[in-house]
Amino acid sequence: MLDQRAQTAGSTTAAGQITKIAVLAAVAALAVWAALPLIGARAWWGLAVEAAVVAIVFYTYLQRRSIPLKYLVPGTLLLIAFQIAPVVMTAGTSFSNYGDGHRTDKDGAIEAIIAAGVQQTSGGANYRLAVGESASGELTLLLTDTADGSTWAGTEEGLTELDGATVDASGAITAAPGYTVWDLAELNERQAELAELAVPTGPETGIKVQGLSAFEGTSTRSYDEGCDCITDSETGTVWYADNEEGSFLTEDGQAALVGWRVNIGFDNYLSVITDPDIRGPFLGVFAWNVMFAAGSVLFTFVIGLGTAMALNKPSMRGTKVYRTLMILPYAMPSFAMLLVWAQMFNRDYGLVNELFGLSVNWYGETWAARAMVLIANTWLGWPYMFLISLGALQALPTDSLEAAKIDGATGVTAFRKITLPLLLIALTPLLISSFAFNFNNFNAIQLLSGGNPFPAGESVGGTDLLITYAFRQAFGATTADYGFASAVSVFIFLIVATISAVMFRTTRSQEDVY
Amino acid sequence: MATVKRRKRPGWIAEFGWRHLVAVAVLVFGLVPILYVVSAAFNPKGTLSATSLLPTDFSLVSFDRLFSDPNIPFASWFANSLMIAVPAAFISILISSLAAYAFSRFRFRGRRPMLLFLLLIQMFPAFLSVVALYLIFGAIGEFYPVAGLNTKLGLMLVYMGGALGVSTWLMKGFFDTIPKELDEAATIDGASHAQIFFGMILPLAAPIIAISGILAFVGTMNDFILASLFLTDRPEMTLAVGLKTLTADNSPASYFGIFAAGTLLTSILTVAVFMSLQRYIVSGLTGGAVKG
Repeated sequence: MLDQRAQTAGSTTAAGQITKIAVLAAVAALAVWAALPLIGARAWWGLAVEAAVVAIVFYTYLQRRSIPLKYLVPGTLLLIAFQIAPVVMTAGTSFSNYGDGHRTDKDGAIEAIIAAGVQQTSGGANYRLAVGESASGELTLLLTDTADGSTWAGTEEGLTELDGATVDASGAITAAPGYTVWDLAELNERQAELAELAVPTGPETGIKVQGLSAFEGTSTRSYDEGCDCITDSETGTVWYADNEEGSFLTEDGQAALVGWRVNIGFDNYLSVITDPDIRGPFLGVFAWNVMFAAGSVLFTFVIGLGTAMALNKPSMRGTKVYRTLMILPYAMPSFAMLLVWAQMFNRDYGLVNELFGLSVNWYGETWAARAMVLIANTWLGWPYMFLISLGALQALPTDSLEAAKIDGATGVTAFRKITLPLLLIALTPLLISSFAFNFNNFNAIQLLSGGNPFPAGESVGGTDLLITYAFRQAFGATTADYGFASAVSVFIFLIVATISAVMFRTTRSQEDVY
Repeated sequence: MATVKRRKRPGWIAEFGWRHLVAVAVLVFGLVPILYVVSAAFNPKGTLSATSLLPTDFSLVSFDRLFSDPNIPFASWFANSLMIAVPAAFISILISSLAAYAFSRFRFRGRRPMLLFLLLIQMFPAFLSVVALYLIFGAIGEFYPVAGLNTKLGLMLVYMGGALGVSTWLMKGFFDTIPKELDEAATIDGASHAQIFFGMILPLAAPIIAISGILAFVGTMNDFILASLFLTDRPEMTLAVGLKTLTADNSPASYFGIFAAGTLLTSILTVAVFMSLQRYIVSGLTGGAVKG
């Protein structure tokens, strides 16, 4: 059969050929368009990757030897680019100290530290200041030259000309493409970060912030390659490079604010074990994470199965109406219903406290908050369990149930000894994937409790899952620590992989598909 | 006769009574939040404190504000969600049905490991590598602003990355049930593999395509983590990200009614789809149950 198909594969119609040529032409056009910015930026690696992808696509659809390839390549390319590559990159980042304060390479860090020592000199340029964040979250000074009105974007890496910015009457930039401009409130809140930021413009010159303006000047600091250190000639401070930590340290161990990105090996992982400030909360989060996933599966399954058992009676009246109504919660958009539940648990006006006459502070106490997320998540999940249980119940072999009945097994005994084991065989894979899903149920926590309650001064909340914890480490209000967040992600990967391995083992006997 | 009747009554309770009791109890739990949303959406005040479980008053104020308040670009959110979820579902179904066809009809080296790998990939949602995705798309945006952070295209590409994992297995299982004799007959008649796939297999697999498409669509609509990271400009947000801002702590109290109205409008779409395809959904889920 296969050989036949291989021989006839070439006998495509004219319409098919034209479609193929048109699609390949579109790919070629797209490739040229995509190559231009890469060539412009001299990103030769990017260009090589692009060329390889285009070559694979052309080879696949022009060759006749392997037909399956034609059907697998589109999905596989996307899978590699946007799922596998990010996983590999996450693993790579987890071994680095990448994050705020460690974004650039060493030369960049040296320039930034030197620029931070800039003193105003006469004749240096003056700027009107606005502050914003780039698309990738980098703190950026948005500067308007008071002399000629030209606009610039400055980061700790350097100064670039900014086109297309909107300027108000005083000359300050109010909007710029690719940047989120801060308002005054945000500016005040993050004053400290601003004071430390300096934009290098030359080996010894840089731009520093002063109030709502910025100036260019010459630095009193200089880098000496011999001692691998930076000396401030005015204050006499000397920072020595620590090439393992990626920081410049003074004699008494004070780090300069800007460091650079280095490979720190297993430090991110080890800190979970060795640093008591991280270990305690981390283990707490992990234990609750397992509890949350197991509890969600248990409660949804018990309610879903119970309901399915009740409705699994063809002669019963109204089953159709019941079933339709029970699908309703499943059909509602889950993100919105999570937000509704969040409001229902409001302490003062929420429905739950009102209905039951309670005054529980659902967001303020750890166990109340945990009960809350479990209740809401059970509500979201039981219709799914109901549907699959009903399907599995109806597919049960009736003869074993009949035989049990003849043997005198009734009610609870029959259920426990026959129905449940048979059901579990069919449903175990789904229960395991449900566990894996809930293990990483970001929405349920983020939209319901947001990780609350937070003990005073802690960044780990009582209902935090590992995934929400990692997310906050990377994108939360405090400083970003991409390295540590990635390490937590890798940890989650390992757990899910273990779950998958267990799942493969339990289901292998049932798979007859190979 | 009389004895039979007397025996029938306790029989009914043992046989059916408890079933109705269970069903009603579960339904109360299941429908209370939905009833609450309806009540809140039609409440004229629209605040949390004024809303009770049963509607006390009727007003369309919240719906009106949903479309007139310049601070709440609900129509844009709705359009954004559709503009992302519809093409994403369509392309992901096309891609995974292509792959499912290859896995179902051809025997080639690496087939089994690839199938197992797809099963494994399913367990890893894209957002687990959210940090890397953020950095990758930050870099992509520097070269191609149309597909970087804060763009719909960039977000769609991320969703596409997981396309293969979502429904390839489900579809392969269904394709396996289509007799191979049909392919052979078509081949003898001179049909190419592409003609067999697009002209024969796809139409025959319409039910499973519909189910997979709907599940992909709903999954994309419900995504919050990636959408909130990618789309930060208010008019660019999706429904999930946008509606969340309405319930934020610093939002006015009356936004709750508006949020509830938005939730209702959003759910009309998904509920209608689910209800009309109820039968397929049940069989699709249990099909997934057997095939893992």
